[in-house]
Amino acid sequence: MEDLEKLANKARTEIEAANDIDSLEQLRVHYFGKKGQFTALLRGLGKLPAEEKPAAGAKINAVKQELQDSLSERKTALEFAAVEAQLADSTIDVTLPGRGQSTGGIHPVSRTLERMEDFFSAIGFDVVEGPEIEDDYHNFSALNIPENHPARAMHDTFYVDDHTVLRTHTSPVQVRVMESTEPPIRIICPGRVYRCDSDLTHTPMFHQVEGLLVDERSSFADLRGLLENFLHVFFERDDLEVRFRPSYFPFTEPSAEVDIQCVNCGGAGCRVCSNTGWIEVLGCGMVHPKVFEYSKIDPERYSGFAFGMGVERLSMLRYGVNDLRLFFENDLHFLEQF
Amino acid sequence: MNISEKWLREWVDPKLTTEQLAHQITMAGLEVEGMQSVARDFSGVVVAKILSAEQHPNADKLRVCQVDTGSKTVQIVCGAPNARAGLIAPLATVGAVLPDDLNIKAAELRGIESQGMLCAPNELGLSEDSDGLMELAECAPVGVDLREYLALDDKVIEIGLTPNRADCLSIQGVAREVALLNSAAMNAPAIGAVKQTIDTVFPVELRAPERCPHYVCRVIKGVDVSSPSPIWLQEKLRRCGVRSIDPVVDVTNYIMLELGQPMHAFDLDQLQEGIVVRTANKGESLALLDGQTVELKPNSLVIADSAKAVALAGIMGGEHSAVSANTKDILLESAFFTPNLLLGEPRTYGLHTESSHRFERGVDFELQERALERATALLLDIVGGEPGPVNRACSDEHLPAKKTVVLRAMRIPKLLGMALPATEVERILSGLGLELRAIDGGWECAVPSWRFDISIEADLLEELARVYGYNRLPAQPIEGKLEIPSRPETALSIRGLRRHLSARGYREAITYSFVDPKLQRLFDPESKPVALANPISADMAVMRTSLLPGLVTAVQRNLHRQQTRCRLFETGLRFVTESDQLRQVPTLAMVAAGQRFEKSWSAQANDVDFFDLKGDVESLAALDRKPDALSFAAAQRTALHPGQTAAITRKGQLVGYMGALHPVLQAELDLSVPLYACEIDLSAVLEGQIPQFAEISKFPEVRRDLSIIVDKVVTSDAILQTVRAAAKNYLTDLRLFDVYEGKGIDPKRKSLALGLTFRDHSRTLSDEDVNMAVDQVVDSLEKNFKAELRN
Repeated sequence: MEDLEKLANKARTEIEAANDIDSLEQLRVHYFGKKGQFTALLRGLGKLPAEEKPAAGAKINAVKQELQDSLSERKTALEFAAVEAQLADSTIDVTLPGRGQSTGGIHPVSRTLERMEDFFSAIGFDVVEGPEIEDDYHNFSALNIPENHPARAMHDTFYVDDHTVLRTHTSPVQVRVMESTEPPIRIICPGRVYRCDSDLTHTPMFHQVEGLLVDERSSFADLRGLLENFLHVFFERDDLEVRFRPSYFPFTEPSAEVDIQCVNCGGAGCRVCSNTGWIEVLGCGMVHPKVFEYSKIDPERYSGFAFGMGVERLSMLRYGVNDLRLFFENDLHFLEQF
Repeated sequence: MNISEKWLREWVDPKLTTEQLAHQITMAGLEVEGMQSVARDFSGVVVAKILSAEQHPNADKLRVCQVDTGSKTVQIVCGAPNARAGLIAPLATVGAVLPDDLNIKAAELRGIESQGMLCAPNELGLSEDSDGLMELAECAPVGVDLREYLALDDKVIEIGLTPNRADCLSIQGVAREVALLNSAAMNAPAIGAVKQTIDTVFPVELRAPERCPHYVCRVIKGVDVSSPSPIWLQEKLRRCGVRSIDPVVDVTNYIMLELGQPMHAFDLDQLQEGIVVRTANKGESLALLDGQTVELKPNSLVIADSAKAVALAGIMGGEHSAVSANTKDILLESAFFTPNLLLGEPRTYGLHTESSHRFERGVDFELQERALERATALLLDIVGGEPGPVNRACSDEHLPAKKTVVLRAMRIPKLLGMALPATEVERILSGLGLELRAIDGGWECAVPSWRFDISIEADLLEELARVYGYNRLPAQPIEGKLEIPSRPETALSIRGLRRHLSARGYREAITYSFVDPKLQRLFDPESKPVALANPISADMAVMRTSLLPGLVTAVQRNLHRQQTRCRLFETGLRFVTESDQLRQVPTLAMVAAGQRFEKSWSAQANDVDFFDLKGDVESLAALDRKPDALSFAAAQRTALHPGQTAAITRKGQLVGYMGALHPVLQAELDLSVPLYACEIDLSAVLEGQIPQFAEISKFPEVRRDLSIIVDKVVTSDAILQTVRAAAKNYLTDLRLFDVYEGKGIDPKRKSLALGLTFRDHSRTLSDEDVNMAVDQVVDSLEKNFKAELRN
């Protein structure tokens, strides 16, 4: 039995000292394999007298069990260390930038247009588009702007020929819808429009969203309610002050221009609002009976309202852009900000 | 229109500050666009009288004046040519501060002491006039502060009038509004008939009564036009933006500003026999007051005498018959011209005058005599003279009809969303000058002669809303029936497209729809673009037939600003004319240039090539889950590289092109790197389809790879089509996974590696099945392309 104790001590030391899985495996074979030393010891039990056999066997088995446990413990530890080492080896700098295509972006005008379309389609307005080279009937006459009317001159129209123009507003799309659709009508018409004017605050092309609602019961109160609602939602400010100011458009009556409290200075007066505290953001009004007549809609039965707003203007106010011309220069430093 | 606040307050003077007044009229639809003080800041300037003016002993151009300041006599050295004894002029006393912070101190000029400065109008910021001292009226009170004397604590109110409100193009018109808004009385000046002192009548004949139905005039003999207008008159005109000319012209302008009636005065000696209002004769011309001589258009209305045209009616007088300093007798004209028949006429001459501005929009057709009487009275005060009787020519039938408009009470709540009490309706409408008669369910309203804009019920509703106050009317959410609108699943959204391209690295651009014709020609020389008749500049003169000129210019600009990579897209219309039919085609264009990826630790700085862009284009087709919906075939296109251009077709229809920008064009545009561009009809990438489920096979697939060698000119597309056709049913996937040219291969040939995947729905394919299919493929490739299998 001294041998057993010796052997056990030796095995313990060797297991403890084993530094890799292979040497551990060799130890296992050496001690517990078919030709292993413990296997031999157990075999040697046969030579003992019968009464000693059980005790000796139990002792050997106990030691064997203990050694096998530490062997497997050691193995687990070594495996774990190996994984640890491998992981440590494969550590990367996670702060390096990712690989692949950088993302582009959407133009601020589209971004603004999409928001506007979302608000109006949520309450049942359809989005309709139309031609940009337009005949003067749809751009002017059908909107109650006869030839020589001062309002025509005010539009700074681009002409292709005497009767063909670049649309000065998206209202002709509304005319086309009224000509072909029975009320109720709820539409918005987004798109490019053109005016022969270019300076710090005008570009010869810009974008408008015009809206039209025609049904049997709409009134100026609906128009006010809708546009106040829109402006509050657009600027995400329920306390934004909105005022309606009488104005004149040949195609609406009553007509109004709508001012909001300056979003830059809160109404105190600043460069953005020319020190007035107010910023004009849109024009609107009840559809003029003559416009209905042109489109063969009965003005006694139906009433309706229309509104129009400049997309760039709203976009500038929303995102703080201070120069209209930036929208069409397509400088990546500008586009990257949206 | 500029008006003087003080002048307005002479007519109606509500208890409001200037700002309150401006706010009030703005909210009534007369938008105040600005307000300015009528004079720049200055102080210490008094009305003074020059007692004597002696030659300066040491300077030819200077005079030494003794000047009465009211409290004492001071010595002033002055260089103005009109400095003379007896003149009353503004004096900046010692301690005065003139505009631009000019401090007046006692000084010595060429050895003579000067205690202040006598002032010219420009030195006080009152006008541009710098010819000499400002000459004040002989009766001006010496010693009084000039600001007080000239009532300079006044504001110019700038009103942006809408074209419908011609009735407000005068002090009287604005005063009417202010009186109504404040329920205040209006102190209009009393206008009575001036007593005639002579009998001279200058005859008038109306030969075009539909265009000029009312013409009144009067002769005034023996006027003295040699002195300038009194300061008060000059000042009132100046504050309303009108330059003083001479007393006669000034008075006609004064009446126009005050009452809204444009007038004209002729030198009677230059007129022959009588006035004829007629259309111009063929070949007739007229030298106008502004110095230009115009060829009269045959349909133009002119004021003529028996011999020739003397004025363009309602627009501008003629030079020959104009009042001058020597004029003794005048003919004063006050007329009405039918607005619709004058509309647009001034513009055909390139003219726009204060007079035409008013006549085109409509002048009160009952105002002519009152205006003539008021002008006469003022003229007699200022230039003297003997007035004759009023000569009135009128064609009643051609005057605008007196309109009556019915207002139904029930329309008020229907359109304004709120019922107004009858008393309020009546207060507002009668306050506007309408005569109301109650009828069943509403009112019959007689429209005053100055309101050309009121002719239908809606006009009255607008007036009610405007005067009552838009912001006092209710506001409410809209109501309607809720129905789900139709949204076809096959219609892909443009916003989905924008996001997709954005995720692939493209930024959306918006370029002008009009481009430089030269650039346009470089990109698309075959088509004839739509040209603008009045472009804003030569480089924005034609409508684009392609989005590429604009987009490539945007890339160019960015590359020139040190960007190393640029990927842009744009959607919009291009304008193409095909057999005289204009088509406005919704289009998508994409361009890519410069580095494929942002230069990075993980990517080489390679430039993009054809296949980067092609991958992006193909990905668009994948948006509707049909990646092979677009086909590409080699093509030629003017602006593109002849060997790197593809025509894009969808369902057999040509829908666009893509390729490398032609190297010559690239050089011409000074682009440092190749640029790849694609232009495709938007409809081709926005038409989707509804997915149709196909059974998924439970049986394993078999993959076979083939490596073949074919001539270089054989396209991969042709190979793939042949393989598909030959492999028949079991082929479920076909990939071209390698292309090799070079070492080990005949230089005229190339090697292609194909991966074929076979599978069946009902059974596991046997080797024989697959081998047979592969054999067919190989046979077909050999037969069609002389392909050899590579070992």
